[in-house]
Amino acid sequence: MKIIVCAKQVPDTNEVKIDPVKGTLIRDGVPSILNPDDANALEAALAVKDANPGTTVSVISMGPPQACTMLHECLAMGADDAYLLSSRAFGGADTCATSTTIAAGIKKIADYDIIFAGRQAIDGDTAQVGPQVAQRLGLPVVTYVQKVREFKKGSVVVERQLEDGYEVIEVKTPCVLTCVKELNTPRYMTISGIIKACEETQVTIWNENDVNLPPEQCGLKASPTQVMKSFTPAPKGKGEMLSGSITEMATTLIAKLNEKHVL
Amino acid sequence: MIFSEKYELIRKLARDFAENEIPSEMQDDIDRTGNFPPELYNKLAKSGLFGIKAPRELGGQGGDTLAYTICIEEIARVSAVTAIYVSGANSLGSGPLMLAGTQEQLEKYLGPVARGEKYPCFALTEPGAGSDAGGVTTTAVQDGDYWILNGRKAFITAAPISDFAIVFAKTDMSLGSKGITTFIVDMKAPGVSFGKPENKMGIIGCPTSDIILEDVRVHDSDRLGEVNKGFINAMKTLDYGRLGVASQSCGIAQACLEEAVKYAKERKQFGRPIAKFQAISFMLAEMATELQAAKELVYNGAVMKDRGDKNASMYCSMAKFYASEACNRIAAKALQIHGGYGYIKDYRIERLYRDARINTIFEGTSQVQQMVISGALLK
Repeated sequence: MKIIVCAKQVPDTNEVKIDPVKGTLIRDGVPSILNPDDANALEAALAVKDANPGTTVSVISMGPPQACTMLHECLAMGADDAYLLSSRAFGGADTCATSTTIAAGIKKIADYDIIFAGRQAIDGDTAQVGPQVAQRLGLPVVTYVQKVREFKKGSVVVERQLEDGYEVIEVKTPCVLTCVKELNTPRYMTISGIIKACEETQVTIWNENDVNLPPEQCGLKASPTQVMKSFTPAPKGKGEMLSGSITEMATTLIAKLNEKHVL
Repeated sequence: MIFSEKYELIRKLARDFAENEIPSEMQDDIDRTGNFPPELYNKLAKSGLFGIKAPRELGGQGGDTLAYTICIEEIARVSAVTAIYVSGANSLGSGPLMLAGTQEQLEKYLGPVARGEKYPCFALTEPGAGSDAGGVTTTAVQDGDYWILNGRKAFITAAPISDFAIVFAKTDMSLGSKGITTFIVDMKAPGVSFGKPENKMGIIGCPTSDIILEDVRVHDSDRLGEVNKGFINAMKTLDYGRLGVASQSCGIAQACLEEAVKYAKERKQFGRPIAKFQAISFMLAEMATELQAAKELVYNGAVMKDRGDKNASMYCSMAKFYASEACNRIAAKALQIHGGYGYIKDYRIERLYRDARINTIFEGTSQVQQMVISGALLK
């Protein structure tokens, strides 16, 4: 089997602060990490590889050259090769232009059976790129995959997470699966993997010409998203916890809601 | 030292592993009960951290000494005793095999250690031969294809849990340190027994005990290196061990510094955080500077060792001497900053202070390091 994993290098949002005036993220000095959901996607792919010798796992990303470090991390976890779509022409891309670019890269890799992607990236939280890539490639997509149950000839059976349960879906391959953190626990890199990734494996870097994309379909020019305003929402007031028996709590709740003219 | 991406990723791996797999409740449990969780041991074994420097062909990681020191430092920052398990397998256990092992011995012993299937220990010290390691009295007498070993080894880290020991024994009593030979001894062999694990002050959770050898028969194929050439390998192995202790000192000191900074910002006296007082902030500045100096000496020692520099032993001893002493100064200051709370087991600094103490003693006391350094200078 041939598996492709979509991954993104993101700022570690645990350490990000927001500029109170501009309302944008202060990225200076913030460490960059492999997007957590993408680590789950990679783990899912590597688990398939462990169970099916001969499977190859390729990781693809779009970003500045520094994203190579994140790809080295993916290689050190066990991926076979890595591709970085990197060019000034790709700069300023929204999810629409990003998915066009990623899809073009995937087309160039070709002959894949499954594409795993993270549910969403922690910097934008849009959850759009995975499904959009599927749309560009004309593939079926299952989002919020929490378990991969079974591989069949020409299809795969997965569980899709819902708010109050899950649904079981059999989907034809090739397909795109976007993964949630409940799917698995990503493995650690190994030291030998790190050494191989940094000294022996080359990340393949492609620009717009390499993936046959005209400049008008890339980056800012191909991004219809307009940011009107960004701001930090004011913190909500502290919630109030009710205590006592169910009847007492219900009585208090009704009284409070009446007080606020909600009821 | 400015590290390349390779070493930064190795540091990230070791740090992530330590922070995720050894939570503070587990650290407290290990220290309180002396029991090292088997699941943590298994994760360490599976992670490849027991075979950092072993060659890839044998299932090792193929790393270098610098990679090893970085891993030990990051693990010790979270749990000193866990770092002992890692350094024991990598340096004292694997070192003599990598220096003197035949291909057959490497496959039989080094491979399983690197893959986490077997655990080694290093048996040099005896009740009457500590700093004077050449004064060992354990004997090995040849008997056909076998050697018969008799004697008692003391303070052997991880002895009761080891599968085999690297034992240094006298094969020629008249030759002093030039009459020592190395043997690989199966810890389940008839005639091998262990003393009671020592009740230690710190690094609790890795049993340290005597090994008693009574007419233990060791096949000549388990003799490691040439007859009467054991002491040189012991000394070369100790270079790695000393860097391990130095790295461990840096890790513990890093944890002490972090605890002290955190506490100094939180604790209020005279209406403000104690960090606002110069008496405290200058202590922190001194601790951080000494720690950085210690780290640079360790990384330098590792690079010298990897390059095969002829003065590598001296640099390793400098790193061990300075880092272990600095670690104790830093731990003492960090505890002082905590005041009375630092003396109570509820605060992490109490354990760090105890864990720090061994570092100026084992694998050559500070005084032995000074002998090595001055010996190299006055040669």
